[in-house]
Amino acid sequence: MKITFDWLKDHLKTNLKEKNLLEQLTNIGLEVESVESLSSYNQLFKVAKIIKTEKHPNADRLKVCDVNVGEKELKKVVCGANNANEGLITIYAPPGAIIPKTNTKLEIAKIRGVTSYGMLCSASELNLSNESEGITELSKKYEKNIGKSYFSKSKSKSNLIDLSITPNRPDCLGIKGIARDLAASGFGKLKVSKEKQIKLKTKQTLKVKINKEKGQVCSIFGSCLIKNVKNTESPQWLKDKLISVGQKPISAIVDITNYVMLDINRPLHAYDADKIEKGIIVRNSKSGEEFTALDNKIYKLEKNMCVISDNKGVLGLGGIIGGIRSGTEFDTKNILLESAYFDPKSIRNTAKKLNLDTDAKFRFERGIDPLSIETGLKKAASLIQEICGGEISKIDIQKIGSYKTKTINFDENSFENIVGFKISEKEMRRILIDLGFIIKKEKNFLKLIVPSWRPDISQQIDIIEELVRISGYDKIRTIDPIKDRSKSTLTQTQRLFHFLQRAIASKGYLETITWSFTDQNYNDHFREAVKEIKIVNPISSELGVLRNSIFSNLIMYMSKNLDRGFRDLSIFEIGPIFTGSRPGEQKTVVCGLSAGKKSRLSWIDKERNIDLFDAKRDVVQTLSEAGYNSDHFFIDSKTPNYYHPGKSGRIFLDHSKDKVAAYFGEIHPNILKKIDIKTENLVGFEIFLENLKLSRKTLKDQKSKFAVSDFQKSERDFAFVVNKDVEAQELISVISNVNPNLISKIKVFDVYEGENIPDNQKSIAINLTIQSLEKTLNDKDLEKINNSIIEAVENKTGAKIRS
Amino acid sequence: MSDLKKIKDEFISKLKGKLDLAELNQIKSELFGKNGLVSSQFKKIATIDFSERKKFASDLNIIKNELQDLINFKINEIQKANINEKLAKEKIDVTLPERSFVRGKIHPVSQTIDAISSIFSEIGFSVEEGPDVENEYNNFTALNTPDNHPARDMHDTFYLDDKKERMLRTHTSPVQIRTMLKDKPPFKIIAPGRTYRSDSDQTHSPMFHQVEGLHIDKNINMGHLKGCLNYFIKEFFEIKKIKMRFRPSHFPFTEPSAEVDIRYEIKDGKIIIGEGDQWLEILGCGMVHPNVLKNVKVDPKKFQGYAFGIGIDRLAMLKYGINDLRAFFDCDYRWLNHFGFDPLDVPTNYRGLSR
Repeated sequence: MKITFDWLKDHLKTNLKEKNLLEQLTNIGLEVESVESLSSYNQLFKVAKIIKTEKHPNADRLKVCDVNVGEKELKKVVCGANNANEGLITIYAPPGAIIPKTNTKLEIAKIRGVTSYGMLCSASELNLSNESEGITELSKKYEKNIGKSYFSKSKSKSNLIDLSITPNRPDCLGIKGIARDLAASGFGKLKVSKEKQIKLKTKQTLKVKINKEKGQVCSIFGSCLIKNVKNTESPQWLKDKLISVGQKPISAIVDITNYVMLDINRPLHAYDADKIEKGIIVRNSKSGEEFTALDNKIYKLEKNMCVISDNKGVLGLGGIIGGIRSGTEFDTKNILLESAYFDPKSIRNTAKKLNLDTDAKFRFERGIDPLSIETGLKKAASLIQEICGGEISKIDIQKIGSYKTKTINFDENSFENIVGFKISEKEMRRILIDLGFIIKKEKNFLKLIVPSWRPDISQQIDIIEELVRISGYDKIRTIDPIKDRSKSTLTQTQRLFHFLQRAIASKGYLETITWSFTDQNYNDHFREAVKEIKIVNPISSELGVLRNSIFSNLIMYMSKNLDRGFRDLSIFEIGPIFTGSRPGEQKTVVCGLSAGKKSRLSWIDKERNIDLFDAKRDVVQTLSEAGYNSDHFFIDSKTPNYYHPGKSGRIFLDHSKDKVAAYFGEIHPNILKKIDIKTENLVGFEIFLENLKLSRKTLKDQKSKFAVSDFQKSERDFAFVVNKDVEAQELISVISNVNPNLISKIKVFDVYEGENIPDNQKSIAINLTIQSLEKTLNDKDLEKINNSIIEAVENKTGAKIRS
Repeated sequence: MSDLKKIKDEFISKLKGKLDLAELNQIKSELFGKNGLVSSQFKKIATIDFSERKKFASDLNIIKNELQDLINFKINEIQKANINEKLAKEKIDVTLPERSFVRGKIHPVSQTIDAISSIFSEIGFSVEEGPDVENEYNNFTALNTPDNHPARDMHDTFYLDDKKERMLRTHTSPVQIRTMLKDKPPFKIIAPGRTYRSDSDQTHSPMFHQVEGLHIDKNINMGHLKGCLNYFIKEFFEIKKIKMRFRPSHFPFTEPSAEVDIRYEIKDGKIIIGEGDQWLEILGCGMVHPNVLKNVKVDPKKFQGYAFGIGIDRLAMLKYGINDLRAFFDCDYRWLNHFGFDPLDVPTNYRGLSR
């Protein structure tokens, strides 16, 4: 909402300065977004006429224009607008002028080799409208003003103040509403606006009917006819007013309706009465009806949108936009002025469906004062008569419902209860009266009648807000919090989340955070059989689906980093992946990815490609740091198909194989090829947080009894020849089961295939530590356990001890 | 000359010569081995006349010690020489680089979430979570934002179905609803997490992070809200004093609502929080709207309290001097390395938020 202090003063009597105003506006919840000075630089913009145009020698789309700016010589200006034609009267900005939209200073510039002295401006560049197509087109009447400043020299130096009005305050979309709030807060006094007495003799002869049908959202339609007007340019005071808040003057009739709208937030619509066939019918649209709106676009309507129509068809969309067919022009003689009330929700609904955004829509969807219909009509009609002449008919009001006043029983004690400080009843009354409430004192409460312009107020808490807002938030005390905790801050799962996050980071991985949505093509590589979850309205097609795996994003960013020249890199993310589009259909995953080599270009260590055992180490180590005993892990090689089928594995926390705790391995070479990622090797892992069983014990209970043996231990090496498909895990499991009390450590120290070993077999060498808790084992004991081990391994795995 | 003296003289003169370790060991065994010269003398003690035995034993021990000391001294000398010789050869250039150790880092957003949790933990808040995908009821309707309410314009929502019933949550406020539906009052929670709006430019990311706060109990008023936020901001920015302003605003789910600004200034290109002549908006808050309480079956006549929502990414930007929001999610190795935190640097109450 754009305002000036000068305009405010139409409604507000005050001696205070603009600086105080800005502060006070923000203090009462009408936030000042920006303040800009319009008057200081705008004298430079001049009315000008294009005398001649030539095609730019070096650019097809540009023209070189000779422009009459009221000086002896014509100015050469390069312009790209389609409508920069010979004879056009427009607005010229000389070098040195500051373009309001971009806030940049113009300079003499060479454009594709041709020097341009200044610029021809579009309405949007001058902040006069949002329309940016073409340069401003001024009417022939401006011919006499060529060379003169387009913006009149106004005496005031009022700055343009842009307020951010929250959606609950439609009343402050009018200058008067803002003045009322300011006055209530003690910033000046609200002036009582006098309604001009006008004599209305003639009947409103154009019949208006609101169809009483299901879903009719127009409850009141007020109108009056003004006959024999002479539409003209607005008088200077009106033009100045509109320009001062950044509006472009068009014609007296349009300017007056805009003025009334800005002044008291009462949107009006003016029809050329002669273009209306017989009468006005307010009805629901039929499916497929079309009309051309004032924005020159054709809209195809759905069923049950509120339209203002005549016998021929749709004239306009009620409360949103008028139509071209009945629009007013300079030669309009008779006008019908509309002032109506539409249901806010349906306005919003219709505008959304048609993707239409207008000033009227913005106001109606927030709620217009239903009792402002007549005031608005009279104010606009009398101004039209004053400026354009004509006779005003009596006001015709059609209604299918009536406004019911709202009352609230307000308990004065509730104020302190919510805000924590007190104000006197006298002060409460004063504020509420200033805001327009009518108060009746009852025994235990105040009975309040809510002003009709405040659709946002319906219950006690709304009154408390009004009172504290106007009293000032600075009066709220600061009550220091008590340092006391009765519940633990994090749940066990949350603690595990934080632990895993830092455990992985401590192993050389950089934590990343990537978006929860991703590129469908990347996602497909890692989606498996999970259903794709599409976003209906994505930012771009590359961000069109929710991720089914974190790998899609990680691999994309890994690739980017590799392209930046970083060759050896580990990154990870902990976050959600999605399994469905319902709330809760998501899992928390720790996903890591490593590329390149270990010890690249090291003077001391041998360099090697990163491999799956690096990833496995990081996962196993992290899980055991988190409290899971790695001796109990069960590992096999069944993994999703985005991993290398032979070089990947999955980890279960124990042999019950209940839920997969993690996957690790090389990424499938086909994916690397498709993504065209350039690295020696790429390995990754995924840990599934929800699949990790939470221990019921706390850390202190997890520690078992401390028991160590001081008896002598012995080490024994074994080498078994087994079939290639026998896994090391199986051998270890068999061995440890032979006598868990004596075998205290098992270590695989060599795996060998090749010479001296049959083709389909391999040799696994194992080092065992044997120690008893009870005694020093003698040769006989050791011999016995050796034999049991060999026997068990040979029987259960088909291995042969290597002699 | 007695045997003993003979042995002694002979070997002392032998030991005066230049001997290597092997020769010394040879002498050692000649003297002290099982049948060595000195060892044999000891065996003789028993056969010697009682009157002379004492003196003999004493002399023998003196000689034995003398020879032993001498041999040990010689061996020591050689060993020392050997080590010195070895050391002289073993000198290495210690300025060569150490074995590499790759450090991981924690993302500044994660670090900030941990810091926030730590601060609120101290005053009794616990952490709640909610799903990223929400239904329309929890994200809007229950929060007093009915369909066709203009306030919905402030939330550019990503939808997952054509009926617009499922969406990516546009704020963390639905966690309020979930928490209050699940448990009974009082409530004292924060809910950090990912939030989504279809807005993407230099200062907006389609995904960002918020932390929601909710405190519902008997008699909780706006003074408590002010106190809580004042405490939080001071602790978070690790400053003693903060100039803060509560400004009336509007959110459908709180009333009265406020936006909170803090003072700042730019000094030498760096932002200084807490002092200065500029206001910086950092969060939105208010008293939970009675309609919201009714929606979650909490009696607004008995219980009341406040809620707030803070942009985590923005807090991180302010605290750590990060200019570009988009960089948070760009995963540039250099950026992560620069702004990331050592995983051992866990923000805690007792040790402080940062090193």
